[in-house]
Amino acid sequence: MGIYVNKDTKVLVQGITGSTALFHTKQMIEYGTKIVAGVTPGKGGTEVEGVPVFNTVEEAVKATGANVSVIYVPAPFAADAILEATDAELDMAICITEHIPVLDMVKVVRYMEGKKTRLVGPNCPGVITADECKIGIMPGYIHKKGHVGVVSRSGTLTYEAVHQLSEAGVGQTTAVGIGGDPVNGTNFIDVLKEFNEDPETLAVVMIGEIGGTAEEEAAEWVKANMKKPVTGFIGGQTAPPGKRMGHAGAIISGGKGTAAEKIKAMEAAGIKVAETPSVIGETMISVLKEKGLYEQCKTH
Amino acid sequence: MNIHEYQGKQILRDYGVAVPNGIVAFSPEEAVKAAKELDTNVYVVKAQIHAGGRGKAGGVKIAKTVDEVREYAKELLGKVLVTHQTGPEGKEVKRLYIEEGSDILKEYYISLVVDRATDRVVLMGSEEGGMDIEEVAEETPEKIFKEVIDPVVGLTGFQARRMAFNMNIPTKLVNKAAKLFLGIYEAFISKDASILEINPLVVTGDDQVVALDAKFNFDANALYRHADIVELRDFDEEDPKEIEASKFDLSYVSLDGNIGCMVNGAGLAMSTMDTINFYGGKPANFLDVGGGATAEKVTEAFKIILSDSNVKGIFVNIFGGIMKCDIIAEGVIQATKQLGLEVPLVVRLEGTNVDAGKKLLNESGLNITSADSMADGAQKIVELVG
Repeated sequence: MGIYVNKDTKVLVQGITGSTALFHTKQMIEYGTKIVAGVTPGKGGTEVEGVPVFNTVEEAVKATGANVSVIYVPAPFAADAILEATDAELDMAICITEHIPVLDMVKVVRYMEGKKTRLVGPNCPGVITADECKIGIMPGYIHKKGHVGVVSRSGTLTYEAVHQLSEAGVGQTTAVGIGGDPVNGTNFIDVLKEFNEDPETLAVVMIGEIGGTAEEEAAEWVKANMKKPVTGFIGGQTAPPGKRMGHAGAIISGGKGTAAEKIKAMEAAGIKVAETPSVIGETMISVLKEKGLYEQCKTH
Repeated sequence: MNIHEYQGKQILRDYGVAVPNGIVAFSPEEAVKAAKELDTNVYVVKAQIHAGGRGKAGGVKIAKTVDEVREYAKELLGKVLVTHQTGPEGKEVKRLYIEEGSDILKEYYISLVVDRATDRVVLMGSEEGGMDIEEVAEETPEKIFKEVIDPVVGLTGFQARRMAFNMNIPTKLVNKAAKLFLGIYEAFISKDASILEINPLVVTGDDQVVALDAKFNFDANALYRHADIVELRDFDEEDPKEIEASKFDLSYVSLDGNIGCMVNGAGLAMSTMDTINFYGGKPANFLDVGGGATAEKVTEAFKIILSDSNVKGIFVNIFGGIMKCDIIAEGVIQATKQLGLEVPLVVRLEGTNVDAGKKLLNESGLNITSADSMADGAQKIVELVG
């Protein structure tokens, strides 16, 4: 089970002939993901890693029944790749590409309004349902099958959280990296809703960072709707105000979106927030024990 | 990327936005020459630095004569201005903008930003211009008006007029103001700006609506399609280490501590800094080597840290996903071969190709303390730096 992707998901790789895409296509196949097609305009009719390559997403979908796309296309062309996936009515487009111009994303998000396709990312590690389907760039070996859902704005912090949980014997259902860009597709609340309805998921780790107000909005939603315990962490607690920290998203402006405000909002919603990134796992385990869920969540 | 006010105003001029006449000057002589060329009785001598709050810090002077322009230019050039946006070290003034004075009746505020809450560009305006707009937003949020712009049609005429009416621009000047708003939107979109702020926008005694300031910030991810904007970059306004890092597409920010950090991913990089702080250390920098870095790029990144004399110890914290641990190891080894390694180095590797990475480091003969986790690594480097 888990959310968004599973063992039946048929994956299409956009930009499959690029070196990064090739490396990760191989890793995804090794993990057991069903990669059914690749798309690189002009390379249609060839094959890489045993995967047939098509010129367009439309053709690839017709020929293979792919329902989810993962995008490794370089930034100047990535927005167009998302549009193409949307036009082909895929269930989901997961965009790994970083450094997409933000005004391109403003247009993309507008175009996708009311359309079937769900966008995850851009600038994200992807989505993985442990032991079933890995789509993206995350290291597969750190994931263990279990009952904790993970949602995060930061790629590498997602790995950190998953690794800590697995090391402590607590497996996961699905880990979703939503990406740190200011304008993106799926947000915290979208993912929390899915975890709330997923019978396999018993608790959720939510990892945010400074900038924007997505964590505050998610906290409000959790307070009103979430039936399962949520723990969290906010990156950038000691970042000097006003300094830009790499993600366009991680800008502190006008006192809004600070770590302190986010932590306050999360705690007010009953979300236990880890003091340091090293205790994200421990924090979840203490809450699982408190709620009597630990035995169920422990991987035997 | 930021640019100077005078450069921003030139862009606005190109899009039909009314701005006062002005000329840039790099010396008192040039300032005098500029003043003589301008057709006015009142000159404004404005320090050009990449920070707001110049007026309050004494960086903007009104001169009545060309001689006064010369005096103010001498006073300002070379002066270090400290404003609430420069940090305590301030910024040295190396350029001036000599501008015609305006007969100001009233000051307003107008800006465009990419708003993450609506995923759209938003036009924000207020009749409370000139002063600290953040205070206005906090104390009287009802005085800030917003127009959310649909990218399909762009800023529309009715939205621009509605904004002008909401801002209480005199009725006879509403169309002029609306035209200015359409012009700044066009400039914003065409140049891939992420912020454009005009504070103040003014209404003058001769019934003009004029942009008296222009603060542009451009989306770094879109600079590849704006060679003209890239040319406006002023390296004097940036930290030399940050310039070096930007040549290799590294995301680097100088900080005031002594523990150099090399991390992949902005979230993990910030969290590594948090963890170092938690154990009582102070990071010397934020450095995200990004996803698709090559060994050469990692080498350059590590060299930037090694060449920082404030650095008394280095913590490499990598959780490989798209980044491979063996690439990191290669880069670290290459950089230390070229520059030597005089300070303690703690390395924590996890994720993609972790075994290959660890093997390379073990066989390198470098004096490396390895760490099992981020907390372990942070603790170790804080102890070693002492």
